[in-house]
Amino acid sequence: MRPTRRALLVLILFFLALAVAGPILAGPAAERTDVAGLLQGPSAEHWLGTDHLGRDILAQIVVASRLSLGSAVAATAVAAVAGIALGGASLARRAGPLFTAVLNTLVAFPSLLLAIFFAVVFGVGTRGAVLAVGLAMAPSFGRLTQTLGASVMASDYVSAARLLGLRHSRVLTGYVLPNVAEPLLLGLAFAAGNALLVMSGLSFLGLGVQPPDYDWGQLLQSGLGQIYTAPAAALGPAVAIMLAGLTFSMAGEPAERGAEAPARLRRALPATARDGRTPAVPGEANVAEARGLRVVFPDARGRPVTVVDDVELCIGKGERVGLVGESGSGKSLTALALAGLVPHPGRVTADALSVAKVGLLDVRRSDRDLKGRVAMVFQDPARAMNPVLRVGAQIAEASPGRDVVEALTALKVASPALRARQYPHQLSGGTLQRAMIAMALAAEPDLLIADEPTTALDMTVQQATLRVLRDAVAASGSALLFISHDIAVVSGMCERLVVMYAGGVVEDLPVRLLPGGAAHPYTAALLATLPSLDADPAAPLPAIPGSPPAAGAAGPGCAFAPRCPRAAERCLSERPPLADLAPGHRAACWHPLEGVA
Amino acid sequence: MSTATHAGVSRFSAHPRMAFAARRSRRFVLSLLALVTASFAMIHLVPGDPVRAALGPSAPQDLVERTRATLGLDRPLADQYLSYLRGVFTGDLGTSIMSREPVGLVLEQRLPATAGLAGAALALTLAAGIPLGLAAGVLGRDGRRPRSDFTFTVVTGLLSALPEFLLAVGLVYVLAVSLGWFPVAGGTGPGAYVLPVLSLAVGPTAVIARLMRVETRRALREDYVRTARSKRLPRRVIYLRHVLPNVLTATLTVSGLLLGGLIAGTVVVENVFAWPGLGGAVVTAITGKDYALVQGFVLVYGAAILAVNLLVDLAIAAIDPRSSILER
Repeated sequence: MRPTRRALLVLILFFLALAVAGPILAGPAAERTDVAGLLQGPSAEHWLGTDHLGRDILAQIVVASRLSLGSAVAATAVAAVAGIALGGASLARRAGPLFTAVLNTLVAFPSLLLAIFFAVVFGVGTRGAVLAVGLAMAPSFGRLTQTLGASVMASDYVSAARLLGLRHSRVLTGYVLPNVAEPLLLGLAFAAGNALLVMSGLSFLGLGVQPPDYDWGQLLQSGLGQIYTAPAAALGPAVAIMLAGLTFSMAGEPAERGAEAPARLRRALPATARDGRTPAVPGEANVAEARGLRVVFPDARGRPVTVVDDVELCIGKGERVGLVGESGSGKSLTALALAGLVPHPGRVTADALSVAKVGLLDVRRSDRDLKGRVAMVFQDPARAMNPVLRVGAQIAEASPGRDVVEALTALKVASPALRARQYPHQLSGGTLQRAMIAMALAAEPDLLIADEPTTALDMTVQQATLRVLRDAVAASGSALLFISHDIAVVSGMCERLVVMYAGGVVEDLPVRLLPGGAAHPYTAALLATLPSLDADPAAPLPAIPGSPPAAGAAGPGCAFAPRCPRAAERCLSERPPLADLAPGHRAACWHPLEGVA
Repeated sequence: MSTATHAGVSRFSAHPRMAFAARRSRRFVLSLLALVTASFAMIHLVPGDPVRAALGPSAPQDLVERTRATLGLDRPLADQYLSYLRGVFTGDLGTSIMSREPVGLVLEQRLPATAGLAGAALALTLAAGIPLGLAAGVLGRDGRRPRSDFTFTVVTGLLSALPEFLLAVGLVYVLAVSLGWFPVAGGTGPGAYVLPVLSLAVGPTAVIARLMRVETRRALREDYVRTARSKRLPRRVIYLRHVLPNVLTATLTVSGLLLGGLIAGTVVVENVFAWPGLGGAVVTAITGKDYALVQGFVLVYGAAILAVNLLVDLAIAAIDPRSSILER
């Protein structure tokens, strides 16, 4: 039990004890009138002063706890009975829709107003107010019952119990009740807090408890008249109502599940060279350059986990590079780092990191410096487009002044003018992704990053989308970094292939060397898993045995070594550097395969 | 997935907002009818003889009969209902038993004060709650500034749980009694508005700010925000154009109920501050069993709350094109 929960429980017990014992303990003091000491302020004898008959106000508050809490509990009981009946009726097969409509209308009205309405019907006084408050709160209870009941009845285990032939009553007591009991109990506690507040409100207005009886609301009303001379007489009951109301309401709030915020890095990162300035000659023709790129995220306990480790990636002007790897290999974060979009609390460090000569880690860099330099196309266009803005407006935003219809036409979007006026949810996935590509290319970026742009699309439109993407990129002259887990798709799109495994680059080779020229056993294994037309359809699909290490959990050696058929002792103890094998072909492996290209 | 089907779909749903507005307005009218019926039924639900109850046990029998006749309570129920309906539409709401004034006149005289109070509080709630919550969500995004964020959550949590009358008493004590900045009750001019409006608006503002904070944090983790960032849009544009409309929908969905509660809260607040509006008269009308007047009050408050809910739903439909509300 969390400490706040325990404190709430103690407070609830305190209030219950007060309601039971209060009138017995403080009764005599609350009734003793003192004509010599009317309307006195706080003193040692009367901590909160006296009322117009000279009675002690603190004692009155203690005595009133029974009526205040008792009427709140009674009203909650009325609310629960009426609400559960109403909610249950709305779940009924025939009359359900009618009761649901009634419920929908009633919940729109605030409970205070409903309470006043019912107070008219039941008459002014304690009994009338309890009934009024109870009925006023019934609709929200009915809604709770309805929601809970409907969700449980629709659940798989109830259907299963039904299929097993269990009787309806048995389903209700054995399956439905245990599952709704806790939220209903919480709902009851919350309602009790609410009932106390509404009940006190009615008494405060003079529609609830009538003199000579008194509850906290009534004491507050009579104390308010002397707020200038003796504010304690009003503040005392106000504090009592507030404390009790908050205690019950908070006890009824469902326990918060998990922290929603990701952990923050607690320890400072290991120092790495940050590039204050990009190297003067970053391989002239390169539009993008990353050397020693590291991306670090905190784990649940705030310890740093290196997700991208010492990555080197250069992209030439107009070059089309494919970045391949399993999910979790760090390929998307590498791309996000190149776009300057790594989300908080991730940290990016690098020896050099630049796009179109703009240093991404340069402290003086502003977001605007990257406009027209690097653009991105994301995986799921339905989520990557803003649902409340028109497609055309979102494209126009990327590059003001560009003709949106023309941009869509270039991507072979049918009826582009209509599409521009529509909202994202009105377009199909394929069309939306074309709009997304049009948007990214509208700013004429030096580098376009496409992160699995067809994964979220229907199989039938994937090929067409890839074709338009390739043509549009070729026409624009942008370089392309194409990310995929599918080595076959990449081979069709790109000139060069960069393979990542467990956060690092393992091979960098021209696509023309495929399929036989791969040097790294992991690349070779990826290629071997590709299904081919002449493969034996009866044989099981080839797969790489084992699974990649968890982020940051790789040993000192090659991360692939545990799964590698060629692994030797050195592979387990020493990490192989990315080394040149031939011009334009590099691999990080101690025992590279001999090329058969 | 041919283009033809898509064009077809879009033509069919070319004006989903108009269709929704029509449907929602129809529901509003039906709810109004239900409200009128409830206010009519109220007087008949009172146990015993409402006229006898209103005039007291010592009233002479012929006075009771005469009052019953003037109220039309001696006629058949259906007849009474029809003439009540006719009265509601022609503005003839009967006569107050206590003051002998036409109910319509009483409402007319007192409505402006209440409407001013509620309007000011509604405006303040939206004008303060929305930016506050948006700012809190932006500043605390991805778990940044955890301490300020925690303080914000706790403070707004407490404020949102307090009912108007406690807030009113607290504000009176601090701002009027201790500091003497504002009049407690019966003041005139803009200064008189401060305490009542604050009493009404603080709670709902806190609720809206909390909702906005949670929704903003959620929205900031959405893919479309990353897209907006990838377009290198200025932060102002990202927050106000891309995040705000998405966040408003979720917040507005709850605020119908909240703003309705605010309207009901005027009854309490007017009583604390001796405000010359409807709320001050409601209690005397109820305790005095002035049923015709009470019926008038029920109509006015109920209609105001239904209207606020209608406006909120229409606002949601206007902001969010794919809102599920359009299908309801």
